[in-house]
Amino acid sequence: MEKKTLTKENLPEFLKKLQKDGNRIIAPKRTREKVDFSVIGSPDEIAGDYIQTVQSAKFAFFPKVEEILSFTADKSGVKMNDKDTEKIPHTIVFGLRPCDAAAVASLDAVFNWDYKDDLFNSRREKIGIIGLSCAKSDDDCFCTSLGFGPGDTRGSDILLTKLTSGDYLAEIITDRGKEMMNIAPELFTAEPMEAKEKNLAEVKKHFKPEDLAKRFPAAFDREDLWLEQSLRCIGCGACAFVCPVCACFDIQDEGTTQNGKRLRCWDACGFSLFTLHTSGHNPREAQNHRWRQRLMHKFAYMQDRLGVLGCVGCGRCSRACPADINILENVKMILEAK
Amino acid sequence: MSASNLYKPYLMKIEKITDEAPGVKTFRLAFTDENEGKQFAFKAGQFGEYSVFGEGECTFCIASSPTRAGYIECTFRQAGRVTNALANLDVGDTIGFRGPYGNIFPIGEWKGKNLLFIAGGIALPPMRCVIWNALDTRKNFKDVTILYGARTVADLVYKHELEEWAKMPDVKLITTVDPGGETPDWKGEIGFVPAVLEKIAPSSKNTVAIVCGPPIMIKYTFPVLEKLGFGANDIYTTLENRMKCGVGKCGRCNVGKYFVCKDGPVFTFTQIKELPPEY
Amino acid sequence: MKELREKARDLLKNKDVQVVIGYGDGTGGKPRAIFIRDPKNADRLIFNVKCEQNLAVYLMKHEVKKLGRPAIIATIPVVRSIIQLAAENQIAEGGVVILAVTPDGKLSEIKTLKDAETFVASNPPYTRPEDIEKLEQIEKMTVEERWTYWLDELSRCFKCYACRSGCPMCYCERCTIECNQPQWVSPASHHLGNVEWHIIRAMHIAGRCVNCGECARACPLDIPINLLTLKVSEDIRKNFGLTAGMSATLEYALSTFKTDDKEEFIR
Repeated sequence: MEKKTLTKENLPEFLKKLQKDGNRIIAPKRTREKVDFSVIGSPDEIAGDYIQTVQSAKFAFFPKVEEILSFTADKSGVKMNDKDTEKIPHTIVFGLRPCDAAAVASLDAVFNWDYKDDLFNSRREKIGIIGLSCAKSDDDCFCTSLGFGPGDTRGSDILLTKLTSGDYLAEIITDRGKEMMNIAPELFTAEPMEAKEKNLAEVKKHFKPEDLAKRFPAAFDREDLWLEQSLRCIGCGACAFVCPVCACFDIQDEGTTQNGKRLRCWDACGFSLFTLHTSGHNPREAQNHRWRQRLMHKFAYMQDRLGVLGCVGCGRCSRACPADINILENVKMILEAK
Repeated sequence: MSASNLYKPYLMKIEKITDEAPGVKTFRLAFTDENEGKQFAFKAGQFGEYSVFGEGECTFCIASSPTRAGYIECTFRQAGRVTNALANLDVGDTIGFRGPYGNIFPIGEWKGKNLLFIAGGIALPPMRCVIWNALDTRKNFKDVTILYGARTVADLVYKHELEEWAKMPDVKLITTVDPGGETPDWKGEIGFVPAVLEKIAPSSKNTVAIVCGPPIMIKYTFPVLEKLGFGANDIYTTLENRMKCGVGKCGRCNVGKYFVCKDGPVFTFTQIKELPPEY
Repeated sequence: MKELREKARDLLKNKDVQVVIGYGDGTGGKPRAIFIRDPKNADRLIFNVKCEQNLAVYLMKHEVKKLGRPAIIATIPVVRSIIQLAAENQIAEGGVVILAVTPDGKLSEIKTLKDAETFVASNPPYTRPEDIEKLEQIEKMTVEERWTYWLDELSRCFKCYACRSGCPMCYCERCTIECNQPQWVSPASHHLGNVEWHIIRAMHIAGRCVNCGECARACPLDIPINLLTLKVSEDIRKNFGLTAGMSATLEYALSTFKTDDKEEFIR
């Protein structure tokens, strides 16, 4: 892995060069008090001094609404039109925290573990990731408990760590990262002297990832715990939608039977309709069972079946929840339950 | 389907529509693209996502046998948006089909065994594919017994095929209706399927049981089979759950860590016993 | 706060109620809804200016109803929510004990709907100045500017339905958007789908909204949707002289007819 310096002056120049090379840039932008990922025009729109964005950048890989196909139909039959993958823009996602970059591996697993999902892959292969290490964390962050960390390189093509001088350590991690650097290699100078670790946040370790497999599978039957954790849950989809890993979706047809589209849209296991059969039978009728599904899926099933965790400890769900349901608190409750 | 788009369906023309029972129809579907039809293959037990463009997709098993080339069939009951839209279509109309998805009945492992098929109501369709698959390769199996029941005589599906099976000398067919569901000229049994099963008491020796039915029927049938000496590994059933993608990605059909669309829909009773109570 | 805890403890001890719905300590100083069943736990109840979540939404949840007769810590808008729910036959007389807290910290135990009506009559509705200011800004806009403003705001929406889930008035077992025969509103969160949803919600809330602001508070994306419902409430008040949550007898502007209703638009 190459290590370089990218000065604070050269960083916006690098982004401008990437834009000139035909990439759109998605980066954290401040709207009112909060910061969120958005397509930016100029690098000076990029927000600084924040701990985490409200939403993840998963919409770049997996948009909230996506066309699967469009169709026209008449007496002679149906004609389907595929999505033109050429039209998907080359994208650089800038400012993904190491937790978010690691989450991309979980998305990769969901969309490729068996059947290959080309709607996802056709976007994924056009995305380069410039990660940004965390200098600060808050109480909702728990990446270190899941085996990740504020300077973790997994998932980033280039990982930037801000140093005391304001310049950045640039770790060129993947071949794609190298390609990105080579668009403007003159902007990258020799490896800095300052240690990376000096500039990383302290993220308290609450538990070890190995603990999850020990306690979660049997926790399915703890009706008492699920009810206690979810009694104040109002059953919205905020936690699922801000999460960088949640990828559950719905398929809906729109238009008429003569002219329309088939769309893929975000969905959430917390909604009452999620598993409702047309007959009226619902395997998860109670909110506490839907809550159980959320935690079991993230902390047990995904690891078991897909080999990746369903959570990266970014803390967004806890921050976004209108009812203050704190996922770290609830995971600890399961791990510590008698 | 197109290799480049996992969710793009085949276009299928409705070749034949059979009214099976009130609100229940069978469609025979042919691929509009003959080449796709020639390349298409599936095994008994698998399902697909059938769509009415503009209305949505719906999950049904493939109810015809893989031994019969050139078409696939599905049977459905009118219940919601898509099934109601399907019911309004005519011969010659085009629908979408994605599949085949899911696991299969391991019919190869049943060579030389007796087969006991037990079905209730609208759950005969998922079994029909494997019944015909077995009957089309009849010499592979020893005794074949079919026990099928519905609420009333009118609710029995595949009435023509029941007649065919009744006439076959090497098939034992028992049909039953719930008490009160009989017509004056009804010649079959009267009683719930589990009760009739207990009455006919088929031997469990060297026999595989395949059971499909509404949850209440399954609940009372399994204990009877166990009492008759069937091992949990020799009892097969299918599960249904709400589905959208059919390929293990949309996250909604799971029962515990198992996806009905990938680890099912066919399960042994051993596997069923391991599943958490959320289906 | 001490008085609140004692009251809660007594109600539970005397088995007047089986659960007290109130606020407790949450993450990082945020209050959160708590459900006290054991009188010993009444000390977990808190009350401060940050206690804003409209707890009346929990009176409609199955899992909470199963716990038994509730008492609820209620700010003024929450009392109004409860009155409106009673007017809509969702809460029976005597179905809930209201422990109302006014901004001056005074606690009132309200046991009947009549007393609740008296309470809200003497504690009139309060709209936050910042909301009034924002609304005035929007009202000064031309129709095109308003459309651009709302399209901008609503395009960010991702249809998590936190606004609906947090609202005590959105208690329908099957919401309009969950009806698929026909699919009245698109489930997808593209521009049209978002605008359709919020317009429908504003219309379904018209005349029923008590302007607690929970919808905007719950929204994870800080979309000021309470301005829509606030505006609709204002229009109802101006045109029909009615305010939601003041009377336990249903006076629903959009479904009652009086012979002296002004109907200029159809004359």
